[in-house]
Amino acid sequence: MTEIARLAAETESAVATAQTLDALEEVRLAVLGKKGWLSAALKELGALSPDDRKARAQQLNEVKDRLGAALDARKTVLADAAIDARLKAETLDMTLPLSESAEQAGRIHPVSQVIDEITEIFAAMGFNIAEGPDIEDDFHNFTALNIPPEHPARQMQDTFYLPKRGADGEQIVLRTHTSPVQVRTMRGGPPPYRIIVPGRTYRSDYDMTHTPMFHQVEGLVIDRAIHMGHLKGVLTEFCKAFFETDKVKMRFRPSYFPFTEPSAEVDINCSRDGGVLRVGEGNDWLEILGSGMVNPKVLEYCGLDPNEWQGFAFGMGIDRIAMLKYGIPDLRSFFDADLRWLKHYGFVPLDVPTLGQGVAR
Amino acid sequence: MKFTLAWLKSHLDTTASLDEIAAKLTAIGLEVEGIEDRAAIFAPFIVAEVKKAEQHPNADKLRVCEVFTGTETIQVVCGAPNARTGMKGIFAPAGSTVPGTQLLLKATTIRGVASNGMLCSEREMGLTDEHTGIIDLPLDTPLGMPMAKVFGLDDPVIEIKLTPNRGDCLGVRGIARDLAAAGLGTLKPYAVPNVKSSFKSPINVSLDFPAGVENACPVFAGRYIRGVKNGPSPAWLQQRLKAIGLRPISALVDVTNFFTYDLGRPLHVFDAAKVKGNITARLAKSGEKLLALDGKEYVLDDGITVIADEAGPEGLGGVMGGEHTGCSFDTTEVFLESAWFDPVRTATTGRKLGIHSDARHRFERIVDPAFVVSGAEVGTQMILDLCGGEASEIVLAGKAPDWKKTVTLRPTRLLGLVGFDLPVAEQTRILESLGFTVSKRGDVLSVDVPSWRPDIDGEADLVEEIARQHGFDAIPAEPLPPLRAVPAPAVSAGQRRVRMARRALAARGLTEAVTYSFIRSTEAEVFGGGQEELRLVNPISADMDTMRPSILPGLIAAAKRNMDRGQMDVALFEIGPQYASVAMDGQSIVATGLRRGASGARHWRDRSRNVDGYDAKADALAALSAAGVDTAPLMVMDGAPGWYHPGRSGTLRLGPKTILATFGELHPRVLQKLDIKGPVVAFEVWLERIPASRGKAGVRTRPALKLSELQAVERDFAFIVDAEVQAENLLKAVRGSDKALIARASVFDIFSGAGIPEGKKSLAISVRLEPQQQTLTDAEIEVVAKKIVAAAEKACGATLRA
Repeated sequence: MTEIARLAAETESAVATAQTLDALEEVRLAVLGKKGWLSAALKELGALSPDDRKARAQQLNEVKDRLGAALDARKTVLADAAIDARLKAETLDMTLPLSESAEQAGRIHPVSQVIDEITEIFAAMGFNIAEGPDIEDDFHNFTALNIPPEHPARQMQDTFYLPKRGADGEQIVLRTHTSPVQVRTMRGGPPPYRIIVPGRTYRSDYDMTHTPMFHQVEGLVIDRAIHMGHLKGVLTEFCKAFFETDKVKMRFRPSYFPFTEPSAEVDINCSRDGGVLRVGEGNDWLEILGSGMVNPKVLEYCGLDPNEWQGFAFGMGIDRIAMLKYGIPDLRSFFDADLRWLKHYGFVPLDVPTLGQGVAR
Repeated sequence: MKFTLAWLKSHLDTTASLDEIAAKLTAIGLEVEGIEDRAAIFAPFIVAEVKKAEQHPNADKLRVCEVFTGTETIQVVCGAPNARTGMKGIFAPAGSTVPGTQLLLKATTIRGVASNGMLCSEREMGLTDEHTGIIDLPLDTPLGMPMAKVFGLDDPVIEIKLTPNRGDCLGVRGIARDLAAAGLGTLKPYAVPNVKSSFKSPINVSLDFPAGVENACPVFAGRYIRGVKNGPSPAWLQQRLKAIGLRPISALVDVTNFFTYDLGRPLHVFDAAKVKGNITARLAKSGEKLLALDGKEYVLDDGITVIADEAGPEGLGGVMGGEHTGCSFDTTEVFLESAWFDPVRTATTGRKLGIHSDARHRFERIVDPAFVVSGAEVGTQMILDLCGGEASEIVLAGKAPDWKKTVTLRPTRLLGLVGFDLPVAEQTRILESLGFTVSKRGDVLSVDVPSWRPDIDGEADLVEEIARQHGFDAIPAEPLPPLRAVPAPAVSAGQRRVRMARRALAARGLTEAVTYSFIRSTEAEVFGGGQEELRLVNPISADMDTMRPSILPGLIAAAKRNMDRGQMDVALFEIGPQYASVAMDGQSIVATGLRRGASGARHWRDRSRNVDGYDAKADALAALSAAGVDTAPLMVMDGAPGWYHPGRSGTLRLGPKTILATFGELHPRVLQKLDIKGPVVAFEVWLERIPASRGKAGVRTRPALKLSELQAVERDFAFIVDAEVQAENLLKAVRGSDKALIARASVFDIFSGAGIPEGKKSLAISVRLEPQQQTLTDAEIEVVAKKIVAAAEKACGATLRA
């Protein structure tokens, strides 16, 4: 056995027994470091005759390759073992609960969410959102809507009054419906109009289905040839989109409102099987809104010629359809700001209703 | 409005079923609220004969009865003292539910004897309170006859909800007319009798109203009937009245109630013997009193129409008669009143006095003005039929108010307004069967409105009549003509800001509340509100009597309610209106929020702390940023309103004058007044004060982006400044010292205490330098650092910390 073979065998055994990466590195340096025996032997090649040099070089390179491979292999084993050892020490109890992120914790009120849903659907039919003040005068809230001075709706037991008078002596009221925005829109610029008006409304009433403040959405379409068929079409499309069912059946019943002529109340079909209300199923009817063709007298009050312009209007309770859609039992709880209720019936902030994704949650 | 099927059929010749009639009523706008089919409720209960009643072997007070129903014999144990062999009564079999007690009957054994049903008392059947014995029927009552038939209860009761314009349907005949026009049968002819008069009325009538208010009672017909014999009215009349929930009183009174419901024509009967002198319809004198038929005394004013004799008011015109001249079983002389009262005055009187009577209900919805004398005729005839006697001539004062109207109808308007068409002949038929008179004038119809339809004013009303009688189901559902293929945005820039701010605040963990727009005035005052003009005249309660000047008091109250339920950490916001005055511009939309308690639940990893004014500042900035405001140039200044802690609050301003937001801790005295435990921090963001974005509409391109390839450098500076120096001023000075190079400067540490002189603090600032031309050399960095230190010293007296 040559000296080189002996050293190589010693090295192989040292590699195999090295227990740490540091020990292995020492072995490597003893062989291939600047002062390693293999490096020294390779340096001596230059002094040999060309023939000897070739044979010697071949032998040394074979040894170098073999030892290099052994070192690498052992290094991989030791590195893996080091990671394994680290992993044994590095454990965390990943069952520990995390705190809720802010965007998970926050909620959007059902009324806001439903207004966004309504907006999305009517926007697709070309409607704009209009708004008006909560504190109104009796001209916009009653008179211009053809509600005569002696009408019971104007009574103190129904309408909230404020003490001051308007510039022309009008009484100041909290609007009892969103309809005064119809008047403001029609008096504010020329037709055509295609608007919806979501907003706060006020009536003196308080029980399970009535609160002194509630939300309504008004609709108004005025053009030259708008008729009740369009009203039916718009409301049918709305109900299908809002309740996300093509099965919903609608019933138009003749009714009476001073500001529309003809007037219709609209029912949708529902079932109450097992005490659970389901819209769009069954043979019961549920009233959801009042509507009709805008009364020519209202058009005249608003300065429009009823022989030229006509159209429809409707008014719907936002809280009410929110209750229907999401199965919320008591209207009063809407305005109580109970965090438990809001957490349960509210909507997460990133849940923005769009028609593309569907407006129902 | 309630009526029975048989009552309806006394005016309507129809073969339609109850269900068909109900469906049609709703379809033509006379919405059915309920149908009480008493025959169905009473179906299990039939007439049975007690074949044998014997003493119960084990109980003194019980009898064992053998009951024969006509088809079977059943054994029943009965405790009624009047149970006896040979009687006929009402038998309730086992398995039925007794209507009066709502108990389910079961076959049972009573003291060892089997009992398979019961013999019932009137109370058990829900008929009366009579419970001393079981029902004892005439012996000729047929065995097995349904109980409902025996008691005349087999006539279904229909209740409809009428819209206020349909006073004509407050009489059964009006309903029948509507149904006939809708094709559900034929309206039976109705002949108003011409009652023979045999003497002159000893009581005369007159109208005495000041000029301008003659319309209070423009026509009054009366008739004296003598020699009547009053008593209970006949069974058919009593049954009808009872079916619709009226209590039969006496024949004379029942006649007036009958016509109130039959023809929608209220009548009144005075006991003529108690009337002093003649009768006058006039306005009451203020302070006059009347004891009305409801047993209550009313104090009247001069807006109220009374029917008076020489002794004073004897009745409230159109509302209620007086007790003093009311009829009793002893009445032999009657004075019958058929008049017409102004709807508005009647309604006002009723409201003022709190009287809801059937007469008021009709007069305020307008009674047929052309049926006043006819009303007297039909009333007289029935009184003579039921009570005998003879009638005087009719005494008549005034004349019916003018009701005649002619409306022009273009038959094309049906299609134009409701979207479906009908032949002119059909339109005409519908109108004529409703009582309109139609004549053709070229292309249009001239339509005379009948006296009982004062609600018809114009063409649209006639179109509605035709459309509703034909049925709204015929209206086609048509889409709106699209304005463009992809609709334009529906929300305005301002509405978009509200929507964005709402989502942003919720994404910061705040929960959206919707609270009432009105609050308690004492709480409004704490927030600068409570002005007289914003106090409701008629609040629903004291805690909702004033329009809110700020959303905060409502949120504070909400936080308190949650704390009372054990939820101590509260984070709520609301975006809604608040009110500074009743003027249009007094209302503003403000995003308001409140945090109370700890920043989060106690947690092993995320340490919670008490909320502070910086949380509120962050919320306000988030809302503004979401609403499209570039928050970097906003000025942070003090000057928050008085409900904030003066040293721990601030304002965010766009320029020195425009306050976009206020934020901070709430003032401890405010917390005390509103009785809430702190810490409470809050913010208010005035979304409508945000100016419209200056960019041209539709231009969405962003400014060109310059990205430097060169190495950026961070340098830290620790400055010592006076304790009251505001960080913002120091940062402003630092940023301004070399605007080209300094990309960012921020505070990363604040320290006072050991090593810092008394009254001073250390502010550590990190500055990022971003060269644009070439990489900075150490010398160049040194030059900038000197500029920064110099600027800090000049602006804030800052020195570098040793």
